Amino acid sequence: MAKFARTGSKEAPKLNTSSLPDIVFMILFFFMVTTQLRDQEALVTVNLPKASEIAKLERKDLASYINIGTPVKSKQAEFGTDSRIQLNDSFKSVQDIRDFVAAERDALSEADRSFMTVVIKADQNVRMGIITDVKQELRRCSALKIMYSAK
Amino acid sequence: MARPTPELNASSMADISFLMLIFWLTTTTMNSDKGLQRRLPPIPPEDQKTEDIKVKERNVIQVKINQNDRIIAGGQIIEIDQLKDIVADFIGNPTNSETKPEKEMKNIEGFGECEVSKGVVSLQNTRGTSYNSYLMVQNELAKAFNQLRDDFAKAKFGKDYASLDEDHQKIVRDAVPLSISEAEPKDITKKK
Repeated sequence: MAKFARTGSKEAPKLNTSSLPDIVFMILFFFMVTTQLRDQEALVTVNLPKASEIAKLERKDLASYINIGTPVKSKQAEFGTDSRIQLNDSFKSVQDIRDFVAAERDALSEADRSFMTVVIKADQNVRMGIITDVKQELRRCSALKIMYSAK
Repeated sequence: MARPTPELNASSMADISFLMLIFWLTTTTMNSDKGLQRRLPPIPPEDQKTEDIKVKERNVIQVKINQNDRIIAGGQIIEIDQLKDIVADFIGNPTNSETKPEKEMKNIEGFGECEVSKGVVSLQNTRGTSYNSYLMVQNELAKAFNQLRDDFAKAKFGKDYASLDEDHQKIVRDAVPLSISEAEPKDITKKK
């Protein structure tokens, strides 16, 4: 009758967790490969408008971003609540877009320059006046490929 | 006699790697950039006289958005959800109506002769129009053209546009070009 009698101590057997770090490292590497570091601090709040006919940007490395919206809360004392343009990490005016585009274009390789896309990330409450100015300026620096960012 | 190596205590390894994982999760973004891609027209050289390219009136549909985000298409005040059908009907011109765009025969590489509508959507907005409604209109226009492309692809290739291969998609794009013209910005509010 003692066929199934327990032998040894009554403690619960220890779970072998030696492979847990491997699993977590695997997840970590997955995230490292699929995501990208936040490259710029947002100075303007951008609530993207919705659209249904959107296409994905194929080459992210060829994109340069122009953010347009109202300054974030902490900057409002200094810059007010009017819509402003953010290039890289500072507030800029429409005239600065020329230099920005030239710098972005220089950073690309010769072959890729004609494929540069300017992504306009504008808040849905921004008025078209400022966007039209930006578009006209982009036309003047012949950065003609643009994308209206939407979600 | 070889002594067995003492086992390393690796139980905190998981904690460390979790810490790194969480650090990575918070500092990175996985947003993929999505949106409506457009091509701006190049600025004409200054010494060149701006010749008004004559476009027949029947080939153009005017879409205007005012500062209160109201929309006029083809002379009628409309709601945003009517826009797609109006534009698709205008550009496609299925009934070959006299008041809607002409069609011309064009030779498309890899396909042959094909009727291409000469219709153009002329989009105008004021400086006071909100970006949201502008993008909504752009979206509806894209929807109209996508529908026309789908119709064309189904009629000629028996599949919808998205499931065609690259070469066929190019043929469809040539046959149904995305002809949206954005007028030079006008300050409509000042005109009284």
